[in-house]
Amino acid sequence: MTATAVEVRDLRVELTGRDIDVVDEISIEIRPGEVLGLVGESGSGKTTVGMALLGHVRRGGRLGGGAVLIDGSDLARLDDAGLRGLRGGTVAYIPQDPGTSLNPALRLRTQLREMLDAHAGGQSDAERDARLREALGEVALPSDDGFLSRYPHQLSGGQQQRVAIAMAFACRPNVIVCDEPTTGLDVTTQARVLETVRDLCRSHSVAALYVSHDLAVVAELADRVAVMYAGRIVESGTRDQLFRAARHPYTRRLLRAVPDLEGKRGVVGIPGFAPLPGRRPEWCFFEPRCTLATDVCRSAFPPAFEFEPGHRARCYHTDEAMREVPVEGATSVSVEHEPELVLAIRALDAHYGSRATLFGIELEVHRHECLALVGESGSGKTTLARCVAGLHKDYTGAVCLGDDELPPAARSRSDAARKQIQYVFQNPYASLNPRRTVGQTVARQLELFFPGRKDMGRRVGECLERVALSASAAAAYPDELSGGERQRVAIARALAAEPALMVCDEITSALDVSVQAAIIDLLRELRTDMGLSLLFITHNLALIRTIADRVAVMTEGRIVELGPTAQVLEHPNAPYTQQLLANTPSIAA
Amino acid sequence: MSNPALDTSVDVGLEAAVEPITGAAVLQRRPWLGILRNALRLGRTKIGVAIVVLLVVIAVLGPLVAPHSPTEFIAVPNSGPSSDALFGADALGRDVFSRFLNGGLSVLWMAASATLLGVVVGVGVGLLAAYSRGWLDDVLMRASDVVLAFPQIILALLAVSAIGPKLWLIVIVVAVGHMPRVARVIRGAAQEVVERDFVKAAEAVGEKRSRIVFGELLPNVTSPLLVELGLRMTYSIGLVAAVSFLGFGLQPPSSDWGLMINENRLSITVQPWAVLLPVLAIGLLTVGTNLITDGIARAAIGIDRKAAR
Repeated sequence: MTATAVEVRDLRVELTGRDIDVVDEISIEIRPGEVLGLVGESGSGKTTVGMALLGHVRRGGRLGGGAVLIDGSDLARLDDAGLRGLRGGTVAYIPQDPGTSLNPALRLRTQLREMLDAHAGGQSDAERDARLREALGEVALPSDDGFLSRYPHQLSGGQQQRVAIAMAFACRPNVIVCDEPTTGLDVTTQARVLETVRDLCRSHSVAALYVSHDLAVVAELADRVAVMYAGRIVESGTRDQLFRAARHPYTRRLLRAVPDLEGKRGVVGIPGFAPLPGRRPEWCFFEPRCTLATDVCRSAFPPAFEFEPGHRARCYHTDEAMREVPVEGATSVSVEHEPELVLAIRALDAHYGSRATLFGIELEVHRHECLALVGESGSGKTTLARCVAGLHKDYTGAVCLGDDELPPAARSRSDAARKQIQYVFQNPYASLNPRRTVGQTVARQLELFFPGRKDMGRRVGECLERVALSASAAAAYPDELSGGERQRVAIARALAAEPALMVCDEITSALDVSVQAAIIDLLRELRTDMGLSLLFITHNLALIRTIADRVAVMTEGRIVELGPTAQVLEHPNAPYTQQLLANTPSIAA
Repeated sequence: MSNPALDTSVDVGLEAAVEPITGAAVLQRRPWLGILRNALRLGRTKIGVAIVVLLVVIAVLGPLVAPHSPTEFIAVPNSGPSSDALFGADALGRDVFSRFLNGGLSVLWMAASATLLGVVVGVGVGLLAAYSRGWLDDVLMRASDVVLAFPQIILALLAVSAIGPKLWLIVIVVAVGHMPRVARVIRGAAQEVVERDFVKAAEAVGEKRSRIVFGELLPNVTSPLLVELGLRMTYSIGLVAAVSFLGFGLQPPSSDWGLMINENRLSITVQPWAVLLPVLAIGLLTVGTNLITDGIARAAIGIDRKAAR
């Protein structure tokens, strides 16, 4: 028996047939009962590392070198049968999206039994049945026959994720790999799921690798943290070392990009892109984006320097980073203006068919103001936003632009009214027509709202530059852009109409934190420059601290609390707000 | 009040993501062109194109190179191949080869125009149904069901026997038979597109319905559209030839592949060429268009998968 449950030594995964690495020089150790948080932005290779612990490499890639040892045995030496025995038995996996990883055609009993049948040889039927119910009990789900005969679609998202966790822990694994298991869950559900994972790891001495892009979640859960950037681990250490005294410039900038509930500070994005496999420089991968880069950075990839026991960072300039890259961002600047009513919502009740979804909503948004609408999924916040934009016409009450009451349907509203209220959608991958160039998309908006104006090409370029895209992006199709760039295009389209109010429906929830920070920055700048008002819808409480002037908290179709941001976050009145705040993970905690 | 410390953070450059678009890339950006190009790389498509091109060339240039007039009596009826008549004479003593060379054009243009008409209207109906959802969707789709209830050939014969053997009537009836079939496929493809946010974005800014249907939806259903175009062409050829064979198309003494089969079917044992030539031509033509369709469908799967990323 070795002291470490998981040992990864110089792991390299490369693209098949080409000498291009996806991840390289990955070395991690996890002891029983310990949670290692593996943090990185999309494309950093964190899932690839997680999969390697299961002896799996995604299609198109192969193991290029190094070793993965689970309980001292090398996965590379195992044959297919050995790997099958390992997966689920010794190493279990909790997937990102339980909605797609549970088989929709199988009842829960059958799904859970499959796992036990494969790995718990020698047990009788009754024993397996008892084990199955125990596993459900551990994740605080009912284990009666009625529940066991349900199908996955009859459970909520949080329940589905807990079933996935129960399956993972059912065979008493030594190691568990969690691949962003709380992405897409509400904060309340997320808090419960995180607690379950933590308790199970502690009580059963399971070594866990927790892969996530969410630094706040990792700060809540992990004992140690490793930060990945472009396929390398650039910094690793204990939670405190990393969150209190990060040394790598990337880690420090990443921390600065995370909105935080406690800190009264702005968020700052990281300019540039993480280089893709095959396009990475011969030297430090972060050098092109690093403000501290010098010639030595361009000589070779820096080795790992150890500062305190267990705290390593791969950078030559860690001292400068500690000094010059503040973890705190700039404090947000709020500007006082004479209140001028832009949007008023009066006694609004909305329904879908016969089902009522919103009850007596009263809201006002003033010029220059950012009003955040916070709530969990199903609280009705998106429906409210759609009522404002004229996309949901099944309501009673009034939506007023200034003093004029608007007709419910966007189609019946005047051009002027449609121009004043612009909507930015949550998912930038769906909100742009894939068959149109960025330029065509923006130009159409200009044609609609400013017909007959000349010089379209230049004006499209201006719109794109306003959101910090280069004018040459006009020729690109959406699938050539990253998520953050697509969202900028969507914002450019909205701004092209020169609106008074922009409705932002969870516009950063599909983006990485550093990109989210850049978008939030952009919005703040636009607000001051263009006198724009924002109705900012989000489930992320930490985010509103950095952007909103006032907050409305929604649950079950009602606004339960409304007030200035600081007051709501620091002295919440409604029990629901208090609970929401308590469940929100925070780095400072 | 822009904070200078924040400015750097918003200049996320585009150099890595947007490469200058070259000529070839622009071609690939038009999805239907990309699909056609990829389809042409497949062996089956190449064979299909070769067959179709050969037969189209025969049908178009045939009348110019035919050794005899299609209506001239040149030999004893049902006489076999000779130096003067390469494939012998038909039941009335006319040159089989000359009639064959003259008889393809009518099949081709009727099939092509019926296909075009059917697909254009079908796509319009399908997109409209998918976009409108409510009662209009129901009305359009139930009306389609009524047309679908009749086998296409029965529909054609019914119309021709009621109104008379007019060529434009055949084109229209065949097209009407295609419409509901095309409409169903396109509606199915468009239903998924309608739900995407860019359609809502267009609604929110007050785009006209027609512009949403043809500007936003249509470019996103090009793959099924191309496949339908090929598939319906195959069916059109068969139907038009069948109607001619039954005597409701071109009237004697005109030459037409379907008509030729009918005229000479009784003497097939004595002079098989008069039946065999048009049968082979019609058969090969449908096989050819079908191979092309299949190639397009396969290429479209690959391209759509890439775009959906």
